[in-house]
Amino acid sequence: MMRPAIIGIFLLMALPAVAMQPEERLNDSVLETRARTISREIRCLVCQNQSIDDSDADLARDLRRIIRERLTAGDTDAAVKDFLVARYGDFVLLRPPFRASTLFLWLIPFAILVCGGLSFWVMSRRTINPLASLTPEEQRRLEILTKDGS
Amino acid sequence: MRWLYFIPVMIFLAVAGIAGYFLLSGENPQALPSTLIDQNVPATDLALLGDPSRLTATSFATGKITLVNFFASWCLPCRAEHPQLMSLSKQQDVSLTGIAWKDKTEDAQSFLQELGNPFSRVALDTSGRTGIDWGVYGVPETFIIDGMGKIRYRHVGPIMPQDMERIQAVLRKLQP
Repeated sequence: MMRPAIIGIFLLMALPAVAMQPEERLNDSVLETRARTISREIRCLVCQNQSIDDSDADLARDLRRIIRERLTAGDTDAAVKDFLVARYGDFVLLRPPFRASTLFLWLIPFAILVCGGLSFWVMSRRTINPLASLTPEEQRRLEILTKDGS
Repeated sequence: MRWLYFIPVMIFLAVAGIAGYFLLSGENPQALPSTLIDQNVPATDLALLGDPSRLTATSFATGKITLVNFFASWCLPCRAEHPQLMSLSKQQDVSLTGIAWKDKTEDAQSFLQELGNPFSRVALDTSGRTGIDWGVYGVPETFIIDGMGKIRYRHVGPIMPQDMERIQAVLRKLQP
């Protein structure tokens, strides 16, 4: 009886894991929401597979701070992202932009889908009635065999 | 139509070949290309160690090749690359500038006292903001700047003995 109660208490005490420190938060809730949205789209360059919103790395904290500074200074969301891209390149964006150099990246899933669809279509056309494909010779033998059996 | 059956094998071999090439090429997959290659040094204004003047973007347009090394006393790979920096500092064709990134002045000083100082000037980027303007995402990182003050090469991570050949080739190419 004791154990479930203790587990329950610990579960109630559990807090969501957030990398962001409370003192980073902006007082203006509109700006703070924008900062969080941008943070989720920016790659942490130290861990490389996390957003800076999730990352505990020192550089991620610096970048979160810079985003808030720029927003407070009146930058648009796009301007903040451009600021980071100018320093770290497109790689800093977790969602790569659609442009000539990333055409291959964006189009390859659709190309594979089209290839798969085409081969499926070709394969499904090939399953034809096996009786219709008997040669005249086979047809003659079949007739003889079925006659003999009766 | 027989050859159609070999298409999956061909695709596999192509994928395996590309993966194998990058696996064996020795490239650091985490190293990012700099967005600043062939661009002017970004706006910089840093205090110099033991020098009342400051390090600015114009400090690089000296007509001589500069190698800028971002380091920190707390950075272990920086110790591994230090002998290579010491040997570069003996060369006449390049001058070395160190930028202590997110480091305390005293710590950077004792680091250089302990291992030797290969830099002709050492700047202090205590907040790390200048490093971010340069696109630095960890130390050590090294930039080679030509005599006009344009960034021409970037090396992410420590310069190990096997990297020296490439560094020397870049220096030779930039020679006026």
